[in-house]
Amino acid sequence: MKRPGLPLFLQRRPYRRRRKIDAARLLPVFGAFLLLLPMLWAPAGDEGRGTVSDGLYLFLVWAGLIAVARLLAPSLTADGHPDPDGGDG
Amino acid sequence: MVPFNILVAVCLVYVGLLFLVAFLVERRANARSLPWLRSPLIYTLSLSIFCTAWTFYGAVGYAVRSGWEFMTIYLGPTLVFVGWWWVLRKLVRIGKTQRVTSIADLISSRYGKSNMLGVIVTVISVVAATPYIALQLQSVTLSFAVFASAAADGGPVPDKAATALWVAVGLALFTVLFGTRNLDSNERHLGVVTAIAVEAVVKLVALVAVGVFVVWGLAGGPADMMAKINASALSSWDLQPGRWAGLIFLSAAAVLCLPRMFQVMVVENVDERHLATASWAFPLYLFLMCLFVLPIAVAGLDLLPPGTNPDLFVLTLPLAQGQDGLAMLAFLGGFSSATSMVIVASIALATMVSNHIVMPLWLSLRPARAVSGDVRRIVLLSRRLAIGGIVALGYAYFHLSGGSAALAAIGLISFVGAAQILPAMLGGIFWRGATRVGAVCGLLTGACVWLYSLYLPSFGPDGVISARLIAEGPWGIGWLRPQALFGVGGMDPLIHAMFWSLVLNATAFFTGSILTFPGPVERVQGAAFVNVFDGEVSAGGWVRGAATAEDLLILSQRILGGDGALAFFEAEARMQGKAGPLPDPTPGFVGALERRLSGSVGAATAHAMIAQTVGGAAVSVEDLMAVANETAQIMEYSARLEAQSEELTRTARQLQLANEKLTRLSAQKDSFLSQISHELRTPMTSIRAFSEILREGDMPPAMVRRHATIIHDEAIRLTRLLDDLLNLSVLENAGMQLTLGLVSLQDMIDRALVAAAQTRPERSFAVYRDPASEALYVTTDADRLTQVFINLISNARKYCAAPEPELRIAVRQRGGRVMVDVVDNGRGIPEDSQALIFEKFARLTDETRAGGAGLGLAICREVMTALGGSISYLPGQGGTAFRVTFPLRLQAAA
Repeated sequence: MKRPGLPLFLQRRPYRRRRKIDAARLLPVFGAFLLLLPMLWAPAGDEGRGTVSDGLYLFLVWAGLIAVARLLAPSLTADGHPDPDGGDG
Repeated sequence: MVPFNILVAVCLVYVGLLFLVAFLVERRANARSLPWLRSPLIYTLSLSIFCTAWTFYGAVGYAVRSGWEFMTIYLGPTLVFVGWWWVLRKLVRIGKTQRVTSIADLISSRYGKSNMLGVIVTVISVVAATPYIALQLQSVTLSFAVFASAAADGGPVPDKAATALWVAVGLALFTVLFGTRNLDSNERHLGVVTAIAVEAVVKLVALVAVGVFVVWGLAGGPADMMAKINASALSSWDLQPGRWAGLIFLSAAAVLCLPRMFQVMVVENVDERHLATASWAFPLYLFLMCLFVLPIAVAGLDLLPPGTNPDLFVLTLPLAQGQDGLAMLAFLGGFSSATSMVIVASIALATMVSNHIVMPLWLSLRPARAVSGDVRRIVLLSRRLAIGGIVALGYAYFHLSGGSAALAAIGLISFVGAAQILPAMLGGIFWRGATRVGAVCGLLTGACVWLYSLYLPSFGPDGVISARLIAEGPWGIGWLRPQALFGVGGMDPLIHAMFWSLVLNATAFFTGSILTFPGPVERVQGAAFVNVFDGEVSAGGWVRGAATAEDLLILSQRILGGDGALAFFEAEARMQGKAGPLPDPTPGFVGALERRLSGSVGAATAHAMIAQTVGGAAVSVEDLMAVANETAQIMEYSARLEAQSEELTRTARQLQLANEKLTRLSAQKDSFLSQISHELRTPMTSIRAFSEILREGDMPPAMVRRHATIIHDEAIRLTRLLDDLLNLSVLENAGMQLTLGLVSLQDMIDRALVAAAQTRPERSFAVYRDPASEALYVTTDADRLTQVFINLISNARKYCAAPEPELRIAVRQRGGRVMVDVVDNGRGIPEDSQALIFEKFARLTDETRAGGAGLGLAICREVMTALGGSISYLPGQGGTAFRVTFPLRLQAAA
């Protein structure tokens, strides 16, 4: 539902903030995809999955998620806009 | 080896230390002198109660059994925290605005402050948490036993049950002392939270220390460790897709729904911004906790004798390697994990039990006491008893189950139980259509399916339900078998139970919600929860009732204490602009007071108590509709105003234009009048003068003839002028008589050119025409139309200032209409004059006037209107251009 009184277009800074919020929203979706991906890997040969290679992949994805969340976090807490939820810029 | 009594002493010292930390922090916090206590670091560390002894010890055992699958338990929470913008942010904001005291309070408050829902959620949570608390007691007991068996000479070793009992009693005491010291209106326990944070550091350091010892002490670094893993029995693992995805989802749900997680995440949160830090710091904590699990598992399998319990590798590995100090650290880490979980879980559950079960019972048993007496003592007492009761339940479960099952299994069963709250919770904060009945249906359905398909069978075959029932179903009905509901066999029992309980839960929740109509308080609360980011909290659901501010003050003193209540009332009175200590009991004030009270005793109880005082005058559906109508009316009114003002602006613009035109016309008329008098006067003057000369006589005949000619010419000029004026007024007033006939357009233009050549015959024009396009026969009044052409062409001859004047005549036919463009290569007409040229008496310049009276174009317009066509100025043609449009076949007017 459109809420009246919200600007249709934003200035550069609030616009960047909105896009960072979008990124923060998409991050868990993306992360879930990467973490569920190993389900689709066929084990090489018949001796099962390689523990070391799978582990490296999982820890790398995990570390990547933490790093991106770390990058996004500071700009999301800055009280730039009273209602960051409305509209999409 | 560490003697057992020294171990006990170490534990006591450690607990004493925590005690000191909690005590100091509480004292300092009252003085508000420790800002770092409210830092995001403490918040993040306190979240680590997600990692219980189940993580500390159990993860290694889990890794030995299922490889990387143990990580799912931490990947789910990682996704939830990384995606904090979706759910956590909203939960925390709602927790703050509604002063939520527990997850049961959240659900109860959302669905119309229904105490029944509070009771249901409380019961589910207690049932789900009991085995989990037992698990913690078990892990502490087991770790004690490991040390005891390793050092039998250290003194008398008590049996497991006794150890567990002492641990339980000690934990209950600690929790009672710090969890219920005071009845805070925010339900925050700063001292406990700080102690938990210290424990979080201890367990992380301990696990990482053991891991570092394994990787760099026992193996030769990461590369060597990888080689060791590849050489071990864990070199490959089996990923079951159902369990992998299911457990990630389950742990994500659990981190939102576990009462203890809700307690530290939402209730103990002091600043919403801490959540942003926790969004990456808490996953980092989990990451570090998981990093060394597999190396420890591999080293344990490698170095310890076969048959050693893998759930205790973290402890037994350093012990076996003679690293007593490290073993002690690991022991303290496990001890911390267990104790912190029990403390927070029992605080959270005790709050729920006392707010949703004990207090309502007490209020209904003694309605008289609800209006008098100090409630705070009762609340605190009930909480203390509840803490004792919950820890006792955990001990009883431990005692009965004998502590045999693998740690991980118990934890997951508990997770599925807690996850039953998820549909009601997410539905409550994102969907305004969720109703109380739906939530009750969903929770009861989910809880029953969970109990039947997972919890009860977990006691083992012939534990609570018989092995025959599990194998054949109740009364031999196959599709009701607990572990193959609706014929879905072949699924992992845990995933099966999670799948069916949540599917049926969500279905019942949704169906119940769409089939029922929510009550007014429910709708108020639903709007306040779902739209929590839209700013102000709704009115609070009270109408102005009979209660006086004094009644309310008496009531709130019993919960907030005398000073707290007075301070709150005075602040509210100031906000209302009143001088005294008592504010007006407006609906807004009563709503605020209710929220404040619900921070202490929960939404349902606070609502009930206020309702008793106010006289049950809670808001009705009609009131809600009235508010909605008012809002809608205001919006409609403002929309109408806006439309009106737009219309006014338009009208004003039109008026302004008309006014400008009138002003200019009036000015023109003035100048025309002076001009026409001049025009009339000039010939009259010369006629008078020359006729006077003629009257004198005595003149040569040649002179007489010349003078007579002048007089004649001037008279003709006068006649023409008067003719024009007459023409126009006839056209305007009486309409005109048309004589229609079929004529050649070419002939008309020829005639017009010849006739117009009389005007300024000294100028020679280059005329461009296209004979082919002019070969048209039209039905019209030939004389009138030719007159228009003559007018246009003579105008061009008169006013075109180009040194080599040109005239272009273009004819086009569009459908039944003919367009004739007359274009010269002069200067054109400036834009601001284009609107005026067809008006009477319009003259653009005074400089090149050539005898016209400014009536030509006005006449043309009248003629064209009479001929069913139009004449307009055509801008942008490289000169002055007029377009004459008229119908090909003009029908005579009937």
